[in-house]
Amino acid sequence: MKKTKELQKVEEQFEMFQILDEKGKVVNKDALPELSDEELKEMMTRMVYTRIWDQRAISLNRQGRLGFYAPVAGQEASMIGSQFALDKKDWILPGYRDIPQIYYHGLPLHQAFLWSRGHFHGGQVPEGVRIMLPQIIIGAQITQTAGVAMGLKKDGEKQVAITYTGDGGASQGDFYEGMNFAGAYNLPAVFIVQNNRFAISVPVEQQSAAATIAQKAVAAGIHGQQVDGMDILAVYAATKEARERGIDGDGPSLLEFLTYRYGPHTMAGDDPTRYRTSEEDDEWEKKDPIVRFRKFLEDKKLWSEEDEDKVVEKAKEDIKAAIKEADSAPKQKVTDLIDIAYSDEEPHNLKEQREYYEKKESK
Amino acid sequence: MAQMTMIQAITDAMRNELKNDDRVLVYGEDVGKNGGVFRATEGLQKEFGEDRVFDTPLAESGIGGLAHGLSLTGHRSVMELQFFGFVFEAFDSIAGQMARLHNRSGGVYNAPVTIRSPFGGGVKTPEMHADSLEGLMAQTPGLKVVIPSNPYDAKGLLISAIRDNDPVIFLEHMKLYRSFRDEVPEEEYTVPLGKADVKREGTDITIIAYGAMVQASMKAAEQLEKDGVSAEVIDLRTISPLDIDCIVDSVKKTNRAVMVQEAQKQAGIASTVVAEINDRAILSLEAPVGRVTAPDTIFPFASAEDTWLPNEKDIVAKAKEIIEF
Repeated sequence: MKKTKELQKVEEQFEMFQILDEKGKVVNKDALPELSDEELKEMMTRMVYTRIWDQRAISLNRQGRLGFYAPVAGQEASMIGSQFALDKKDWILPGYRDIPQIYYHGLPLHQAFLWSRGHFHGGQVPEGVRIMLPQIIIGAQITQTAGVAMGLKKDGEKQVAITYTGDGGASQGDFYEGMNFAGAYNLPAVFIVQNNRFAISVPVEQQSAAATIAQKAVAAGIHGQQVDGMDILAVYAATKEARERGIDGDGPSLLEFLTYRYGPHTMAGDDPTRYRTSEEDDEWEKKDPIVRFRKFLEDKKLWSEEDEDKVVEKAKEDIKAAIKEADSAPKQKVTDLIDIAYSDEEPHNLKEQREYYEKKESK
Repeated sequence: MAQMTMIQAITDAMRNELKNDDRVLVYGEDVGKNGGVFRATEGLQKEFGEDRVFDTPLAESGIGGLAHGLSLTGHRSVMELQFFGFVFEAFDSIAGQMARLHNRSGGVYNAPVTIRSPFGGGVKTPEMHADSLEGLMAQTPGLKVVIPSNPYDAKGLLISAIRDNDPVIFLEHMKLYRSFRDEVPEEEYTVPLGKADVKREGTDITIIAYGAMVQASMKAAEQLEKDGVSAEVIDLRTISPLDIDCIVDSVKKTNRAVMVQEAQKQAGIASTVVAEINDRAILSLEAPVGRVTAPDTIFPFASAEDTWLPNEKDIVAKAKEIIEF
């Protein structure tokens, strides 16, 4: 395709925002966010914890002890950095891979495991934790985010609704509708696209003729920015700014985080060697978010091997305990599903069907 | 008591609930300043302000997502789909999302959303405006589906729908909007969801219908009366959940039944009603339960509408066939 000058002019404006380069050196000093040493260490802690959790989850899945799981390794900076910029009273509307963000927003780990296992207690979000359940339908959470943001605005709350999708999600009609509604009503919403380059197997180049996903914000009349999604400081700074923009009444934002998932799409039989080369994998592993941030912290004498070992141990212990807790959840029954079918009076058909399943399940 | 058309009764119900509960919001395409393409929301924006009654961008899936999101922050939505044929654009947000919210969150979240929409044949609309798509909705767990046949019920049912804590599809037959007036109390009242209404008592056959087919059935019953057949007419009012007790009690009395729907025949409400009667009252039946429906084609282009739609003559003929079985 030969792009017109007018189009080229638009696309050229979307340059990737970066603070830390691949070697952990600060390349954009002016943009460095104000974070205490403790906060910096906490970000690293969470990324290491999430990497260990991912490894354990994959192994538990292979043992048949977890159920549905979408690996997150490679995307830690984009997940942890963006959630770190939020307030507890902000809402998160996640996609199916975005479990680390909702865990750090307040969903207990054992419930995340139960959700993976297909047990409804996994979705019983504790009171006061402002998250939606992980979305399975690609992009459906994006229009819902406009609704949550509208609710927050109507209630005069100084909070935002933030949502996550992937590069594939940016092709959905709901992606545009959600951004467009949020723009039209000037809502406090942040739309994040974790562009990990593949929608299962289809590369991002085949999703769209657009040079960036960030530029799709232009069509909705909202702010758009492309960010190095392997750089936790850039992710944090961009999200924080987008959050403030929303709260200040300056409109919603679209953030595109350039990232990569090292593993398969999910653990249900996807084989990335069918659609990716090992050269590409290697190239992205050089950009690893944890390696990069570790170097940055080590240079500041904020991180040591002992620190890291402690996090690894803690993660392993927590996961063991959470799996044990998940194992102790009562077996889910069909009659439980009948109980929660409707909020108000139970219709006659379910009353009759309950009798049948009560007998069937008492055997 | 005031005389109201169905559209006036519907506006009155929304006005009542906007007054009654400040968490109620009314929105959709052309709903605000214009008062809706059928004027169902006439005057509401002026009375309650742009914060409570407002226009949306033209995107049905977006409207559905908005309602879902507003539910999470504790708002109660009355969203309009301008014509029910446009529901396919919003199908995921309704059937995939709102209908499942209470279930998939283990009862923690719920979607108190009323989805109002005009539908129904006989008014010569362009394509995708008149289709009877209620069967698709009735097959979706987590939804309730309500179809009033007259102004009095429309007001009482709509108030119940708005107060319901789960999503309710509220379908308004276009032909009924202004075709007649009823006495409708100006004060608030509710008609319960899931309860049918015996519109006319009879002893020989039960005619079961909803929406515009209730009027056709009443006319058919009058004709049958002249021909010496006493027909009972039941208005389902809610098609999900169905009021099975009302249907079965009547069939046990009359021993014969015919179900009338404007929708196509296959896999619809009529099929479910026939199956339920078979399950519960087969030994009371003197004849197979009949169905009067539209044929299994797409909703016709306007010039073929009159023949395509079931009418009172079809109902009379079917009833006689059943009586003479």
